Amino acid sequence: MSATAETKDRVAELAGAYKHGWSTDIESVFAPKGLNEDIVRYISEKQNEPEWLLEWRLKAFAMWQKLEEPDWAMLNYPPIDYQDIYYYAAPKTKEGPNSLDEVDPELLRTYEKLGIPIAEQAVLAGVKGAPKVAVDAVFDSVSVATTYREELKRVGVVFMSISEAVHEHPELVKKYLGTVVPQRDNYFATLNCAVFSDGTFVYIPKGVRCPMELSTYFRINAENTGQFERTLIIADEGSYVSYLEGCTAPMRDENQLHAAVVELIALDDAEIKYSTVQNWYPGDKDGKGGIYNFVTKRGLCRGRNSKISWTQVETGSAITWKYPSCILEGDGSVGEFYSVAVTNNRQQADTGTKMIHIGKNTRSKIISKGISAGHSSNTYRGLVRVLGGADDVRNFTQCDSLLLGDTCAAHTVPYIEVRNPTAQIEHEATTSKISDDQMFYCMARGLDPEEAVAIVVNGYAKEVLRELPMEFAVEAQALLGISLEGSVG
Amino acid sequence: MTQMLDIKNLHVAIEDGTILKGLDLKIKPGEVHAIMGPNGSGKSTLAATLAGNPAYEVTKGKVTYLGEDLLALEPHERAAKGVFLGFQYPVEIPGVSNLNFLRTTLNAQRRLRGEEPLDGATFMKLAREKAEKLGVSMDMMKRSVNVGFSGGEKKRNEMVQMAVIDPKLAILDETDSGLDIDALKVVSDGINALRGADRAILLITHYQRLLDYVKPDHVHVLDDGRITRSGGPELARELEEKGYQAVA
Repeated sequence: MSATAETKDRVAELAGAYKHGWSTDIESVFAPKGLNEDIVRYISEKQNEPEWLLEWRLKAFAMWQKLEEPDWAMLNYPPIDYQDIYYYAAPKTKEGPNSLDEVDPELLRTYEKLGIPIAEQAVLAGVKGAPKVAVDAVFDSVSVATTYREELKRVGVVFMSISEAVHEHPELVKKYLGTVVPQRDNYFATLNCAVFSDGTFVYIPKGVRCPMELSTYFRINAENTGQFERTLIIADEGSYVSYLEGCTAPMRDENQLHAAVVELIALDDAEIKYSTVQNWYPGDKDGKGGIYNFVTKRGLCRGRNSKISWTQVETGSAITWKYPSCILEGDGSVGEFYSVAVTNNRQQADTGTKMIHIGKNTRSKIISKGISAGHSSNTYRGLVRVLGGADDVRNFTQCDSLLLGDTCAAHTVPYIEVRNPTAQIEHEATTSKISDDQMFYCMARGLDPEEAVAIVVNGYAKEVLRELPMEFAVEAQALLGISLEGSVG
Repeated sequence: MTQMLDIKNLHVAIEDGTILKGLDLKIKPGEVHAIMGPNGSGKSTLAATLAGNPAYEVTKGKVTYLGEDLLALEPHERAAKGVFLGFQYPVEIPGVSNLNFLRTTLNAQRRLRGEEPLDGATFMKLAREKAEKLGVSMDMMKRSVNVGFSGGEKKRNEMVQMAVIDPKLAILDETDSGLDIDALKVVSDGINALRGADRAILLITHYQRLLDYVKPDHVHVLDDGRITRSGGPELARELEEKGYQAVA
């Protein structure tokens, strides 16, 4: 069965199962604005969730009401009115353009530069009626998707939406959900626990090397899950998986607040590679609009010699608050963080990582490349913590900032807490600008100013970009250039 | 024959003052010109101005290139129309391989000219062929642009770029400086390979040495922002023997 057909069947099946039904009238499927226990119950009921999960959500909601929004990040934004937000499937289908002719030409120009096919452009731009094409267009062909599904099934890899997993693999979800990012972890994570809409669930069985990069592209039901996404990836002993999240194309999205939670668990000798390209709407030149992105991403290297590697290319969102972290519990485990964060115009990013060394002989590596332009602010905030029992830990941190123009800001806030004298911690940091000489050299060879900036910036970010899987890397390079348009000249 | 490059009464200033003070020069297709002069005479200013470096301000005068007002064009537009500047101090671009840089710039030029970009295989063949001729290994072509290169390697790299880009007007700013005799021969071969009926070369040099290998049709002496003498190859030898002071 093709993935599309399977989706349709699944939707039809679910629609018959409860009263609100969502296949008959998609536009009506949204809860009213605001958040209270009833909304949490509504969301849970919509997903036809078991009682334990509803209880789990309600517990989180009770916690959240007592928590205060953090204000320590180097970010400035007006207070968020949490009662003025839709928490379930905002009615964006109503407001979508009827055809590509109605879509902002700027957006289309960007798509064109990224080399995105027309059919896919329509999906990304939120054109009415396009989502059905979506799956097929994004897949290139349904048969490719089917082949992938079958191949994954053959090796026992579970790759589905988390709402499906709750029903099909309740024991796994129950066992691991909230074990890396506890319900009480932080304001935004707790909110996510209460209202998460959907997300991805991956389980790689013992000893299996996942035969392909898993991408949200290949997961059905990927629409409408962006706002309070929940991802749970478990790599069992000796397994390997590479997961790609996001998309280089700017997504049309009416939801301003995004608060996702991603939990990764690597058991003995397992490896998880998690790559993100985030390009949500950053707001206009004057800072109007744009997504507020408050994400909690954390990986737990629970097993011996396990490895978790985060690679992120962050170019979108008006506000980015994000610290993909690794808890290195298993002896000999390895955590890596490779990041390129671009801010332009009025964007603000406060991003970095946490490496918590608990096990012996654990190693971590942090490569962070910040790029600031326009009137933006870009902060690296990183914590390297070595606990007392963690002998022979090694960490290497490299933290570079590149400034374009003289109205932007770059900050570096490293925290290093070492409680074991055998640890070797290295921290390097640089701040640089693109020199006039570099610009002129590139232009004298035929590049226009924007192309010149793009090539220099891509060179600067190369150490991170090369960590991305091939298909992402090429698009990410184009994206860096596009994100910095208008920052020179 | 019409001029390829026609410089009339060129005055150029930088922040610190006026460098070129009424320079005139005509170059026809097929010709090789050498401009010689002491330090501070304005040689590099002329090169930078022709390539469009924004740090140099043209305060007076006119430059016509292939019938067009060269000064009205942006540096990348000049490049696409066939103007190539070989840098005296080639610039480092960390993280960008020579091959990537060369392919990106070549295709940017082709796009500006309305030509199709070269595909990967065709480009690689071209780059390999040109690099080999100039004694540049493919390993070096994969390294970041000019990063950690010796002075000689940087100049050879400029010549590889020139050979691949195949310009109409090559302006070579002290390409011979910092080269040992073997490298000088290789670089000279590269320059000679570019000679042709529809192309021109402007050599800017401090020493006569390069002119033993690349025979110029015309030699000019630049002094205090003006061309004070012009002649054939014999002028270069005279300069070498008597010094700039006596000749200029």
